[in-house]
Amino acid sequence: MSAPTASGLPAPGPPGPDDKTPVVAFRNVSISFAGPPVLDDVSFSVAPGETRILLGPAGVGKSVLLKLVDGLLRPDSGSIRLFGEEIATMPEQKLFPLRMRTGMVFQEGALFDSLSVRDNVAYQLIQERIPDDEIDSRVRPALSFVGLEDTFSMFPASLSGGMRRRVAIARAFIRHPELLLYDSPTGGLDPVTSTTIIELIVKERDVHRTPSILVTHRLQDAFMLCTHEFATEYNCMIPFPNGQYDPNTTFLMLNEGRLIFDGSLHDLVHSSDPFVREFLE
Amino acid sequence: MRYPVGDTGALPFFRNPAQNMATIPIERIAKQLVHTIQDYSLFAWRAFMNLYTEPRYWSDYLIQSDIIGVGSTAIVLLSGFFTGGVLALQSAATLSQFGATAVTGQFVSITMIRELGPVLTGIMVAGRNASSMASELGSMVVTEQIDAMRALGVDPMRKLVTPRIFACISMLFFLTVVADAFGILGGGAVTVFLNHQNGTQYFSKAWESLRYPDIIQGLVKPLFSGYIIASVGCFYGLRTTGGTQGVGRSTIQAVVNSSVLIILVDFLLTRVLLALFPPL
Repeated sequence: MSAPTASGLPAPGPPGPDDKTPVVAFRNVSISFAGPPVLDDVSFSVAPGETRILLGPAGVGKSVLLKLVDGLLRPDSGSIRLFGEEIATMPEQKLFPLRMRTGMVFQEGALFDSLSVRDNVAYQLIQERIPDDEIDSRVRPALSFVGLEDTFSMFPASLSGGMRRRVAIARAFIRHPELLLYDSPTGGLDPVTSTTIIELIVKERDVHRTPSILVTHRLQDAFMLCTHEFATEYNCMIPFPNGQYDPNTTFLMLNEGRLIFDGSLHDLVHSSDPFVREFLE
Repeated sequence: MRYPVGDTGALPFFRNPAQNMATIPIERIAKQLVHTIQDYSLFAWRAFMNLYTEPRYWSDYLIQSDIIGVGSTAIVLLSGFFTGGVLALQSAATLSQFGATAVTGQFVSITMIRELGPVLTGIMVAGRNASSMASELGSMVVTEQIDAMRALGVDPMRKLVTPRIFACISMLFFLTVVADAFGILGGGAVTVFLNHQNGTQYFSKAWESLRYPDIIQGLVKPLFSGYIIASVGCFYGLRTTGGTQGVGRSTIQAVVNSSVLIILVDFLLTRVLLALFPPL
């Protein structure tokens, strides 16, 4: 059993033989939609246990990048490796097993509005024809994780925007994916609900050590994610002491289709790039 | 006005392509048409072939059969009944000039079973279900539910399209039988209650005049129409772009194109089936 850390979380186990292999690796990826390139020659990687926060103004291609990671879009050129497999040219049918290993939270939740919250969260389990009793026993803890046990039988139309995002997070978490992709999970939400969502993401990051990519244009959310940890003994998110931050939570920044920054919080706040400076100010 | 040979740059036609307003849209429309036909062919083929490989979603097939089949029964029944009635009214007026009102039953039954039953049912079901499929799938596209489904490891073609296509094919077959039966019944009602003719004569003529080739012709057509309705409805739904306005546009395209295709394919099938089963 691993020793608890200062925050009460178990320390990560000893590195395995594949621990160095990036979960996601982009190499010179470009994509365009009948116009100038949306992404131009983008390269980065996500290491196991790493959380990457993708910053950039609205419409810069952040969601496109996230969809490329999951094979929902195909690049015009370049290489994308997901769990070590090249997916840029992989046929759609072969992508489905890889997607089952990832969890994605869409911008507006993208819940199936004809299905109940239970069926939305259990969508993958239902497709796998898992017995109803087992499904219920897995959905309830997932909803409890996001603080929405009471919505079990409700339909998405009767939920608020923040509740829908949290159900979408429960849906993404339920199979304990090996990679999590968050597309502006706090976009359009009030500050209190945004903090609740960020707390869930920090909880997932610190409890399960799941690597993730989070897209946002809200700096306060990005900084909160980097400067806070989840304290299991208090069941809430607390700031790191003395201005410290999580070393496994790093930043990417896009501007005009190009990746203009890739580094830690320290590097970000000390960057001399004029766009980064302008974005931070 | 004369232009130097070889100096096409001086010709207004070549000088600026943007000025050539008459030809550019035609070229663009032609390219779009070819692309659409190509995309539709690939889409329809893949949706059909999905039935032969796992996974198959039988519960979705049953749900769609209920929505398409049971849900469309009332409109098909009513349209069949009144079409048969109109046929009896119109034919009796014309046939009376030749003293041949006795063959009203034959006229109504053959017309309904061979032609009007399959085509009208196809168009009614297209209006109801191609529009519903296009708008439902289109809404799922614009709200990222289709992407979410793919991200959850489920193929929308298998989950959404293939069950709709096979449900539509099988249900349209039975709906056409219902429309044919109620069409003949409607013709009988008009013959007896409005034209004051002999009902026994009407129904016996309607029955006696039917041959197996007539029935085959009438029951082959809905198989093709069902395939057209569901594949066109799903095709336009899944290629929706442009938000809620795009959903409306897809719905219109689905209904218009499926209705036109049903009539076109009906014409081609009639030509082939008449060659296979020539009239006596």
